[in-house]
Amino acid sequence: MSQKITSLKEAKMQKTFKIITILFILFGFGQIGFTAEKELLGAGATFPYPLYSKMFDVYHKESGVKVNYQAIGSGGGIRQLINKTVDFGGSDAIMSEKDQAEAGGPILHIPTCAGAVVITYNLPGSPQLKFTPDIIGDIFLGKIKKWNDRRLQEINPGTNLPDMNITVVHRSDGSGTTFIFSDYLSKVSNEWRGQVGKGTSLKWPTGIGGKGNPGVAGLVQQTPGSIGYVELIYALQNKMPYGMVKNKKGNYIQANLKSTTLAANTTLPDDMKVSLTDTDSPDGYPISGFTWLLVFQEQDYARRSKEKAKELVKLLWWMTHEGQVHAEPLHYAPLSPKAAEKAEKLIKSISYKGSSLIQ
Amino acid sequence: MKAAHFSKVAFAEIFFRKLLSLAGVFIIIILLAILFTLFISSFPAIRTFGLYFFSGSTWDPVRSEFGALPFLIGTLATSLLALAISIIFSLPIAIFLGEYFTQGGKATFIKSMIELLAGVPSVIYGFWGLFVMAPLVRKLELSLGVAPLGVGIFTASLILAIMIIPYSASLGREVISLVPADLKEAAYSLGATRLEVIQKVILPYAGSGILAGILLSLGRALGETMAVTMVIGNRNSIPNSIFSPANTLASIIANEFTEATDSLYLASLVELALVLFLVTTFLNTLGKWIIHRMAVNR
Amino acid sequence: MESYSVKRRIFYDRLFKAIIIFLTFCSILPLFFILFFITSKGISVINWDFLTQLPKPVGELGGGISNALIGTFLLVTIASIFSIPIGILTGIFLSEYRNGKLAYLTRLCTEILQGIPSIVIGIIAYIWLVIPLGSFSALSGGIALGLMMLPVIIMATEETLKLIPESLREASLALGVSYPRTVLKVILPAGFSGIITGILLGTARIAGETAPLLFTAFGNPYMNYNILKPINSLPLVIFNYASSPYPEWHKLAWGASLVLIILTLILNLFTKLVTKKWKIQF
Repeated sequence: MSQKITSLKEAKMQKTFKIITILFILFGFGQIGFTAEKELLGAGATFPYPLYSKMFDVYHKESGVKVNYQAIGSGGGIRQLINKTVDFGGSDAIMSEKDQAEAGGPILHIPTCAGAVVITYNLPGSPQLKFTPDIIGDIFLGKIKKWNDRRLQEINPGTNLPDMNITVVHRSDGSGTTFIFSDYLSKVSNEWRGQVGKGTSLKWPTGIGGKGNPGVAGLVQQTPGSIGYVELIYALQNKMPYGMVKNKKGNYIQANLKSTTLAANTTLPDDMKVSLTDTDSPDGYPISGFTWLLVFQEQDYARRSKEKAKELVKLLWWMTHEGQVHAEPLHYAPLSPKAAEKAEKLIKSISYKGSSLIQ
Repeated sequence: MKAAHFSKVAFAEIFFRKLLSLAGVFIIIILLAILFTLFISSFPAIRTFGLYFFSGSTWDPVRSEFGALPFLIGTLATSLLALAISIIFSLPIAIFLGEYFTQGGKATFIKSMIELLAGVPSVIYGFWGLFVMAPLVRKLELSLGVAPLGVGIFTASLILAIMIIPYSASLGREVISLVPADLKEAAYSLGATRLEVIQKVILPYAGSGILAGILLSLGRALGETMAVTMVIGNRNSIPNSIFSPANTLASIIANEFTEATDSLYLASLVELALVLFLVTTFLNTLGKWIIHRMAVNR
Repeated sequence: MESYSVKRRIFYDRLFKAIIIFLTFCSILPLFFILFFITSKGISVINWDFLTQLPKPVGELGGGISNALIGTFLLVTIASIFSIPIGILTGIFLSEYRNGKLAYLTRLCTEILQGIPSIVIGIIAYIWLVIPLGSFSALSGGIALGLMMLPVIIMATEETLKLIPESLREASLALGVSYPRTVLKVILPAGFSGIITGILLGTARIAGETAPLLFTAFGNPYMNYNILKPINSLPLVIFNYASSPYPEWHKLAWGASLVLIILTLILNLFTKLVTKKWKIQF
């Protein structure tokens, strides 16, 4: 008796299950035609992520196009673009020649804004500290191990530095922020350049790793006596202290909109692949950098449609023009007129089957 | 007409049997495909580094030098430490459920709790570990005069230990309950206390099974990813103390896979995955074989 | 047994039992800590908005996990569609052809498959599905999860069917029912509860998996029903938000953790109910 009921129940369940399955498959596949072109997929840098997530949210409301950006680090952005699994990559690191060669076609670096890499730390009382280039280098090389080291105390006479160990926090993933930071250190410290060098993933002499800018900020926040490098907005949003850095001209500069903009005001090459670190500007912040969106110049690859390429170009144009208003409130330096002009030229050079997508 | 009906039925049967065999073959093909994929994708690294891959202690993506030693050590350190810590709890649980309280309310309660412990997703363990265990470990490190990182091998091992307790406990319980009653009765009739029966009859008999349980737990611990990644400190060099940050085979893959920016880098990471796959397969197969032998031989 | 007194032996015996009980109860303490912690931190976050809204941009307050809920649901569905039919068929195969060479190999492969670390499965799914399709997708994430669910279903099916007495099959065949019909309409329904248990357990296991999704489903701040596009899921939300420095995101992660744990608990409870209610005793 119970067996009959079971098999009837079971038969009903089977039928319902089959119907649900078919519905889902239809639903899932049905979406393809309608929405494929109105979505863009990007991945990469966490450096500009607060700005991008705001920009894409606004862009979605204005144009209906969904931009899915996953902040997996500049290294990830470069890799996924080369693998052609994303429409664009976000990176604060300039692509190496090896990567460029592997990509197969020229990849444009379209600047979206400039930001500052700040040295943030976790000390009782959150004092405002000053750093010199060689001290930063030696801390991250593991040579200066304590906060009350003589050299640190010398340049911070007003502050009573505690007798705590310095715990270095760096990136565990491939990072453009690391690229900018190590680019700077390679310029100001011979020892750094020889021992570690510059790149997105380094062989760190000391410290623990956090994933993404958020990961580093999180670890510094939780670990007393730690020091790390993050993009300015991460320190601001989390009310973490960050140090003033002595620049090339000998001035101690606080990282902010103004000092970053000044650092970005330099000669810009046409391909915008330029480093802003160790700036000559007397009031410029020395650890600044552009961040770029990487796209293939020739968009006819891997079954991409012209419509998709057009959407991408529209997005890039919007981000370098109307979208720029969102940079300042988040303390990113918007593109200067010169930079915007170069960006426009680059965007105009994006082509589909040879012909330009935007006039 | 009867003949026609009969051949239709025969055809249906043959078709069905073939379908079943196909399903079986399908699984074998999937496994072989997995092995094959791992080999092919890691080949550039195998070819470039050969056996030095396992002795190299430098993991330098900038200079394209990849050595897996830091991760092998990190993996072994965390897994073995976790195993040691978990045995202190899982063996008692196995004895509790297998010998003292095999039925009844307490047994059901403990069994359900253990099942729940096993059901908590790894990422939640990592989250809890980062926000609850790490600060505690930090306090411990401060009192010991060690750098108060909070994250590192010690924290990862603690979380890992909690995660594998259910696994080794339930295996141990099964194995202990397999001990034949007449052996135990014989010992009791000779005047042995329960402890002595456990010491001298049950554990020796179930010894190999418990060992198998340990092997299987080790296999589980080696491959654990999310919880470990969140609390291990992410440092790509050989750890020099129990409180050092480190990386395991699984955590380095999780951290760096999406961004390996050149094919040698990617191949090296896949080679790490291959090593993980081979080692866990070996441990699991060995463990299951031991248990099988034990169950067959009784 | 000659040299020490009986009293001493009894003492050690009692002490041992006490230690065992103590350690056993100690080991379930972490469970209570975790549950307590997640509940206390997560309960204040869960409200209607939390469950129905999309996540907000970085640094802005509020937002929810609606897309992650749908994402987890879709991923589990895809995994089930992939693994249930194949899994049940393979399980039937293993219980019908118990001692054959092919069955032995299949069983071996199933056990090996079950032991593969989830991150390795993620890499496989990336190589097999993400690169050829040119995009991260819910499909690749679902298949990765399906690969993990497959061994669970196979073994549950095999175990259940093995327990069904031969007499049932013999009776059916003796009545002239064809072999395929016997298996599908007599034996399989008899093992229904065990198979459902396997499915539910498999589902509970993969619902919380994160590692395979890192390189396949990828994540998505928007709602997505298209299986060929990236998709968000509860474990991804927890992982991403937990590693961030924003307290608001931490709160969301606690809420998501609570939801995930409740889901897992419900699935486990369901399993127990199914076993009790529908188990056919022989």
